[in-house]
Amino acid sequence: MKELKPNEKLSIESLFDGLENYHPKRSGWHWRDKKDSIKYGAFEYRECSTPLKNSVPLPAAKYFDSIDPQPDSVITTEIASGRFEDDIRRMRMAAWHGADHLMVIRTAGQSHFDGLIEGTPEGVGGVPITRKQLRATRRALDLIEEEVGRPINFHSYVSGVAGPEVAVLLAEEGVNGAHQDPQYNVLYRNINMHRSMTDAVVAKHIMAAVGMAQIDGAHNANATAREAWKVMPELMVQHAFNCEYSKQAGMPADKICLSTVPPTAPPAPCMRLDLPYAVALRQLFSDFRFRAQMNTKYMEAETREVTVTHSLNLLISRLTSADIQSTITPDEGRNVPWHYYNIQGTNTAKQAMVGMDGLRDMVKLDMDGELGKQVRELKERACLFMEEILEAGGYFNAVAQGFFVDSGMYPERNGDGIARDPNGGVGVNTTVDRDPDYMAPVCFQFGENHLPEGVKKPCDPIDGCTLCKPEKIQWVEELDPEDNVHKRLAEHAEERKQGLLRPEVQWEGDGIIAITVFFPTDVRTAEFAAIAMGEKMGLEDVEAINRQVIHPSEGSLIEIKGRVPFAIDPKQLVIPALVETLSADEIREYVKKHNLKVVAATVGEDEHSVGLREIIDIKHGGVEGFGIMCEYLGTSVPVEKLVDAAIELDADAIFASMIISHADIHRTNMRRIDQLCREKGIRDKILFFTGGTQVTDEIAKEEGADGGFGRGSKGVHVASALVKTHRERFGK
Amino acid sequence: MERADDFAKRRQHLAGLSDQELKDKFWDLAKQVVTPIVEAAKTQTSPSIERSVLLRMGFSSIEAKGIVDNAISHGYLGKGAGHAVVKLAEMNKIPYREAGIKLAAGEGWDVLKGVWQ
Repeated sequence: MKELKPNEKLSIESLFDGLENYHPKRSGWHWRDKKDSIKYGAFEYRECSTPLKNSVPLPAAKYFDSIDPQPDSVITTEIASGRFEDDIRRMRMAAWHGADHLMVIRTAGQSHFDGLIEGTPEGVGGVPITRKQLRATRRALDLIEEEVGRPINFHSYVSGVAGPEVAVLLAEEGVNGAHQDPQYNVLYRNINMHRSMTDAVVAKHIMAAVGMAQIDGAHNANATAREAWKVMPELMVQHAFNCEYSKQAGMPADKICLSTVPPTAPPAPCMRLDLPYAVALRQLFSDFRFRAQMNTKYMEAETREVTVTHSLNLLISRLTSADIQSTITPDEGRNVPWHYYNIQGTNTAKQAMVGMDGLRDMVKLDMDGELGKQVRELKERACLFMEEILEAGGYFNAVAQGFFVDSGMYPERNGDGIARDPNGGVGVNTTVDRDPDYMAPVCFQFGENHLPEGVKKPCDPIDGCTLCKPEKIQWVEELDPEDNVHKRLAEHAEERKQGLLRPEVQWEGDGIIAITVFFPTDVRTAEFAAIAMGEKMGLEDVEAINRQVIHPSEGSLIEIKGRVPFAIDPKQLVIPALVETLSADEIREYVKKHNLKVVAATVGEDEHSVGLREIIDIKHGGVEGFGIMCEYLGTSVPVEKLVDAAIELDADAIFASMIISHADIHRTNMRRIDQLCREKGIRDKILFFTGGTQVTDEIAKEEGADGGFGRGSKGVHVASALVKTHRERFGK
Repeated sequence: MERADDFAKRRQHLAGLSDQELKDKFWDLAKQVVTPIVEAAKTQTSPSIERSVLLRMGFSSIEAKGIVDNAISHGYLGKGAGHAVVKLAEMNKIPYREAGIKLAAGEGWDVLKGVWQ
């Protein structure tokens, strides 16, 4: 495949050309290239990394030389719509906004599947992780990372009953990070604990062999426990268990990441509850890495509320540390995340982290007061928890007795924990003792292995394993002739060929749009009014996705989604040419050199003043801001008076605003001004621009003006036109 | 089990520890919880572990499943599925991939029985 070009779409079909022989360019996790001091534009940053080659900066960047500072933390976004081929395009968009950890959620049920899935079936709530899906995605990411100029970490899951096999698959296909935590299997997936623990050491050892980063599953207790903020001591125990387990399986500490979430959210006083926990963790687990996740437990459908909670989570990250800053899309409380919400989540992290760059150089945590006391208490509670595990006869017994995910703040216990039978669960009685002559002729096999005497490398008896010789990997094509990526791509092939456009939130051609609407009534009535409105507008499958009481009777905000039943042909669109503006510096320099001044007025019997004031006024980004001297004569100014004023003041240009357009009076007035200037002998020395809601550049030029500005015009457009025209006519 | 918060009483033996001593204790306890489980895991295997060995040997997931299912039904998972493959290859003097495909199809297990019993 060719390298990507920013102005060309990524061809999904071509990812499958020769895919059976493709091998990833690199393996292992990539941390950002952190700099203690780096300049972006006019600013010095202390917690940022090297810039991207191609990116989309934050909207406000236009005021700051379009800089796009990249924080020091790896930024995660989770993308898994069920169709990986559509996720790939979203991954490219996310990478351009600064995400470099692309996490793919698995399809529902895969963790209980005792083996690997092959082909590319469609998933539910995630993607079936298969060799073909991984290889095509990694191939795309290999191109995307070249395009943005930073390695991208691809991430999946090594949990469930098939952990060791999945670990090999991920290692072979260049996946860079994965969740692996045997406690997750036991507590949340009811996988037999002997099976889960036996598999986990082998899986972790394989992950370590290829430099993958591992994320644990402790944060799930936050999402599961009735009162999430009370499980903090237990969370520390779960983190400790998986960290120690991973180390003993051969994983280096700098690849072992704690998955930690600030447990609470407003309206709770969350900073005061969450900060001691964050500090205690970072003190106890100082050898390990931190993946700071955002809170999902209290997420509702309102995206603004979610974004504020997540911004507070980011404050915790900046006050403590985050090696990986994960993000939750603000729409997760209402649907499987949509394309642009992944971008919003990524940008929330980037924006907040860059905004808080170097904060700790000015703000210090006060460990001598309440914070230090609470940190100490949490650590002690966690120690007591582990002491009781040992008293109970070890981890398996403790799980059986419901120690975990109890909603009490340990040592308080409410008796509502998750209890699992050590001799029960999925995969019970499937582990066996290794025989005294057990042998596995492959590299990176953890545990007892009685290889033939004299072998230098474990895989010598078979002349190389797949981790040494990737060409030995077996390729499996589609197993289901109907449920596969090629059938899905064929659905919209014709429209794609014709270049037709449909709105999209997750899948090609899904046609989904969202509408925000306020009705001046109660929320229940408003919801059904909004649905009726969507149906009358011709949308299909209309549903409310957010309902917000603004006042019990005065009004409600509703968001609906629905499907647009048609495509748009871009070839049929009349798209006016884009008027290019000059840079503010270029305008200022020219204005200063030529000392430009203008007279301005709303002409005729017309009392409208707002539009012209916005074009002139420095407060509204008007032309005054570029140093242009403006003499504003007011409203309902006769055209003769405007022209006379221009002569008297020796102006370089006339700005005439014309809102009223009955009987084409605006055209008449334009012609009059042009004529008057000619009669008075100044037309060759003065420029004349006009504006108004019914004015276009074409109309203005037809009627003798040098340019016209319609709805939406800004001071920069007018100033650019003034400078360009002045330069063309009088420049030399 | 339900229990009121008796932290103040339980913590007495920890109260005198310095922060560093508390941290050392924390990790010492974690080791005590984890080590016996890891030690046991070193001597155990599972169907998934054995399929992971076969994948690394260059078998497909479908072939690996066939070999492991047969190894379980013949009671040889504890020998190692990869072990079974190289042993049959050695006995029959055939390439190991060929041996694995035979084992996946349920063939060759009698040969192994002859060696291993």
